[in-house]
Amino acid sequence: MKRLFIELIRAPLSAQFGMAVILLYILVALFAPVLAPFGETEVVGDGFAPWGGQFLLGTDNLGRDMFSRLVFGARNTLGIAFLTTVLAFLLGGTCGLVAAIKGGWVDQGLSRVVDILMAIPQLIFALLILSVVGTTATSLVLVIALLDATRVFRLARAVAMTVVVQDFVEAARLRGEGLWWLVTREVLPNAAAPLIAEFGLRFCFVFLFISALSFLGLGIQPPTADWGSMVRDNAVLITFGDVSPLLPALAVALITVSVNFVVDWMLHKSSGLKEC
Amino acid sequence: MKSLFKLLLQRLALGVLSLFAVSVIIFLAVGMLPGDVAQAMLGQSATAQTVAAFRAQLGLDLPPLTRFGQWIWHFLQGDLGTSLANQRPIAELVGARLGNTLSLAALAALVSVPLALFLGMLAALYRNSWFDRLLNTSALSAVSFPEFFVAYLLILYFSVKLSWFPSISNLAPDASFGEVLERSVLPVATLSLVVIAQMMRMTRASLINLLASPYIEMARLKGISQSRIIFKHALPNALAPIVNVVALNLAYLVVGVVVVEVVFVYPGLGQLLVDSVAKRDIPVVQACSLIFAATYVLLNTLADVLSIASNPRLMHPKG
Amino acid sequence: MNKPLVNSASPLLTIRDLQIEGHYEDAWHPLVKGIDLTLQRGEVLGLIGESGAGKSTLGLAAMGYTRDGCRITGGSVQFDGMNLLKLAPDDLRKLRGTRIAYVAQSAAASFNPAHRLIDQHIETAVTNAGIGRAQAEAEAIELYRVLRLPNPETIGQRYPHQVSGGQLQRIMTAMAMACYPDLIIFDEPTTALDVTTQIEVLAAIRDAVKRYGSAAIYISHDLAVVAQMADRIMVLRHGKLVEEAETRKMLAAPEEEYTKSLWAVRCFRTEPKPRPRSELPLLEVRKACASYGQQPVLHDVSLSLYRGQTLAVIGESGSGKSSTARLITGLLPATAGQVLYEGNPLPIDFRKRSKEQLRRIQMIYQIPDTALNPRQRIVDIIGRPLSFYLGLKGKALRDRVADLLAMIELDPDKFMERQPRELSGGQKQRICIARALAADPQLIICDEVTSALDQLVAEGILKLLDRVQQQLGVSYLFITHDVATVRAIADEVVVMQRGRVVDHGPRKSIFTPPHQDYTGLLFSSEPEMDPEWLDRILDQRGAGQPLVAQP
Repeated sequence: MKRLFIELIRAPLSAQFGMAVILLYILVALFAPVLAPFGETEVVGDGFAPWGGQFLLGTDNLGRDMFSRLVFGARNTLGIAFLTTVLAFLLGGTCGLVAAIKGGWVDQGLSRVVDILMAIPQLIFALLILSVVGTTATSLVLVIALLDATRVFRLARAVAMTVVVQDFVEAARLRGEGLWWLVTREVLPNAAAPLIAEFGLRFCFVFLFISALSFLGLGIQPPTADWGSMVRDNAVLITFGDVSPLLPALAVALITVSVNFVVDWMLHKSSGLKEC
Repeated sequence: MKSLFKLLLQRLALGVLSLFAVSVIIFLAVGMLPGDVAQAMLGQSATAQTVAAFRAQLGLDLPPLTRFGQWIWHFLQGDLGTSLANQRPIAELVGARLGNTLSLAALAALVSVPLALFLGMLAALYRNSWFDRLLNTSALSAVSFPEFFVAYLLILYFSVKLSWFPSISNLAPDASFGEVLERSVLPVATLSLVVIAQMMRMTRASLINLLASPYIEMARLKGISQSRIIFKHALPNALAPIVNVVALNLAYLVVGVVVVEVVFVYPGLGQLLVDSVAKRDIPVVQACSLIFAATYVLLNTLADVLSIASNPRLMHPKG
Repeated sequence: MNKPLVNSASPLLTIRDLQIEGHYEDAWHPLVKGIDLTLQRGEVLGLIGESGAGKSTLGLAAMGYTRDGCRITGGSVQFDGMNLLKLAPDDLRKLRGTRIAYVAQSAAASFNPAHRLIDQHIETAVTNAGIGRAQAEAEAIELYRVLRLPNPETIGQRYPHQVSGGQLQRIMTAMAMACYPDLIIFDEPTTALDVTTQIEVLAAIRDAVKRYGSAAIYISHDLAVVAQMADRIMVLRHGKLVEEAETRKMLAAPEEEYTKSLWAVRCFRTEPKPRPRSELPLLEVRKACASYGQQPVLHDVSLSLYRGQTLAVIGESGSGKSSTARLITGLLPATAGQVLYEGNPLPIDFRKRSKEQLRRIQMIYQIPDTALNPRQRIVDIIGRPLSFYLGLKGKALRDRVADLLAMIELDPDKFMERQPRELSGGQKQRICIARALAADPQLIICDEVTSALDQLVAEGILKLLDRVQQQLGVSYLFITHDVATVRAIADEVVVMQRGRVVDHGPRKSIFTPPHQDYTGLLFSSEPEMDPEWLDRILDQRGAGQPLVAQP
């Protein structure tokens, strides 16, 4: 515990900044109903009300409070992105580890399926499927999780491969250990660091991806508050020099930058600080 | 040379195979719809007759294999089918837009590739200097920004505040070249920023990796000058990774245009795709997806082929 | 040949009170702690020491070079009247390659894969020494001839991966000679080579150094090798000088305790045990063949190992000795032949073997760092076979782990809860032995278990294995490339070459002449602690035996 604290103190400014922002976002997401002065979908005034006064950041195109929607947006967008990433990791990570340990036709089969899925650009694939199954939150989560699982699979397999070739795994195999032991005791603990870093990067990617889809009007559907669609709904203000629609975009940028800063620091640490 | 040839052939075959697999998936995706496509698209209120007529129009009454064969066959002949939304031939819709999208991506590539490689090399050479740190932090931030954020920032400053460029890039069919160029500046800048950051980071990483290899140390111990080490010893070996980085990012560019086109109302393929998805105009979605996916597969295959071809171990086999 | 003839009476290289630090684990640690070194013109100095002695760091510092993450914090390096540590970077660079040259351990990694060998060879001569390309190439070909490379006219036209390891190492030596430097640093130039290849490279290096009168610093962990090359030897330990003397004196009468212990390593011998008569072998491999994909690696391999005995399988790289071990453990499927355990055939795939069959054969690996899971504590590592095979739990398990730790001479109270990264290489290898013993096996396969360790540590491991064998009566199948190890511990010996068993027999008879051709070549290639050894062996071979093993 003390060591962790020292690590945090000695972390570079960018990583400390990142961790602070992540913490802030989590708190906002958790306590959204307490923090928001108005309801998520409540129409409280005229459209495009200016900043200040009753509405801290003005109102949106339908007259809903911008600040409240930003706060609730943290909850919705973060929550969905997090859920998607977790699903992608469960699916892709498990398959990747098993493929690396089992080898042979299991590995071959899974790898070829992933190769083919990855041959299609993700955004196009998502648009294609969403156009068919419709844009509900569930289909959004499932589709993106499946697509992202291919990337996780590649990385998990590659990381696990470097562990699997080591002699202690061979020793465990020769002892007669089963798959469960090999995955949970021998490989996973040694693959954890890069996988955690990848979780951060994947989260950023999923987050940006969902925001982009929402921005295109194909992601999280109204009236749910979501940062991507908030930009889209209020974009017209930009041409009048009003920065309000940039706020949700900034919110997206800030969290992804923060996560990236933290991950960058973690990767740098785990690479053994060879550059000095 | 035989093994090189064999590897290249294998990679090309894999490319063709993925292209085929991609087209199958794009075709099948439509069949994944629970229940009947035609019913779902027309809604519950449609009569059985309308649905049947619609099915015939979509060709859904034919066996799947025949439909797939026909679809691909027509596609290869340039007949992309008919749009459901406005009954126009898709080829007509796609034609000009494809050109617009490709020229947008090409312009962005022209700007970003040399700049990114140059910056990446500088960062690798002066790694851990303040210059490198600054570049790295900015690149990391740029990678993390959503494209629409960058796009609107640029619009806010360069078109609203400074009025240098138009905020909307809808092109008239008879627009002059200068006009096209002027309207493309902001979309190209948006696309380039993200791609440059991405490509620069990857270039830097692969160069640093390379500069740590024992033969670079040997060159130093032989008294070779720094510039000669970079150009004579590092670059020939960095070619494969760099080619890979460039192609990967070009593939990304082709897809990344979608969001940028929507922001700037640029009449490209991406916007058509997004509009069609919203309207659930499935034949158009299929056609656009196939074009995008094919470009992506081609670029990825090209990257691998080039990096195989530039491997000295394969160029000069034992024997 | 443009050596400036200034100060020819003064030493070529003088290092005074050199201090070098390395950065790891977030702090600077001393690597070289105040070393003095003097080298005369034309003299060959041997630097010897175990890993972490700082010999490579010192060797590079003699060129005014430090690796990334290292820094020189004190002292001076005087080369021919110039302080290399104060020289302008550009002047220092121009010295390298022309007046001070370097030969690295791994030639395969140190040549640029993208360029032809001769282009790399003449690069310094052409760009820094201003020699014309044609002349530089002619000189390179002449050097290839001197170093007895095959096809000296054309070998330079090849790319690095097209040339064998031993030849590549000689080409690198030739490259170092390209500008006829005053000083060459040889950093373990033969460590990665097989013994039969090593001998040609040693001969080539020595001839070339003598012929062109260069001074040299020869770095190695192998005393016998250094004895052939050096006029004078410095023994280093933990970044400090232990002892320094002229080679013959150093070999005959080392003064310091540490040096004496290094010398004594080669004297360890177990008592050979006679083969038990009329007993079924514990393990028998019968006419086994195997291949990796299309590539056959084992042809008709047969061997048998008796209870309580040590069977050593010796061979060079590519001989199939490790494949034999993998075949026995069931990791490499046999395409023909059988593996019999107490007369009963074992399934060829380890996944088809019973828990009991798996328990009886245990394995110890070459590199202890990768053989232990870094995320488990010692008690978990040794305890797992106990709970897995024998069903031990709780206190019984901890007590047994403590017994095993005591057996391998590690204090149970101190080591039980530690993690592998807190242990030294030798300690880790002991833990591997304890893990193998925990399964209560009858046969332990030792795959090059001492080759990644320093000599003193390796000797400790061999002694421990011998004592365990006497106590428990386990059998060892000892896979190794090292003749000295075989001489120390084998009861029976099998010699392998290119996937075949070429010779076998009890230790005494196999080490007594007359030898089979390959066995003789292999054994006589093992360097001896005698400065005359290389001359003698080259004379003998010149009289009839080939320098290189013929297929």
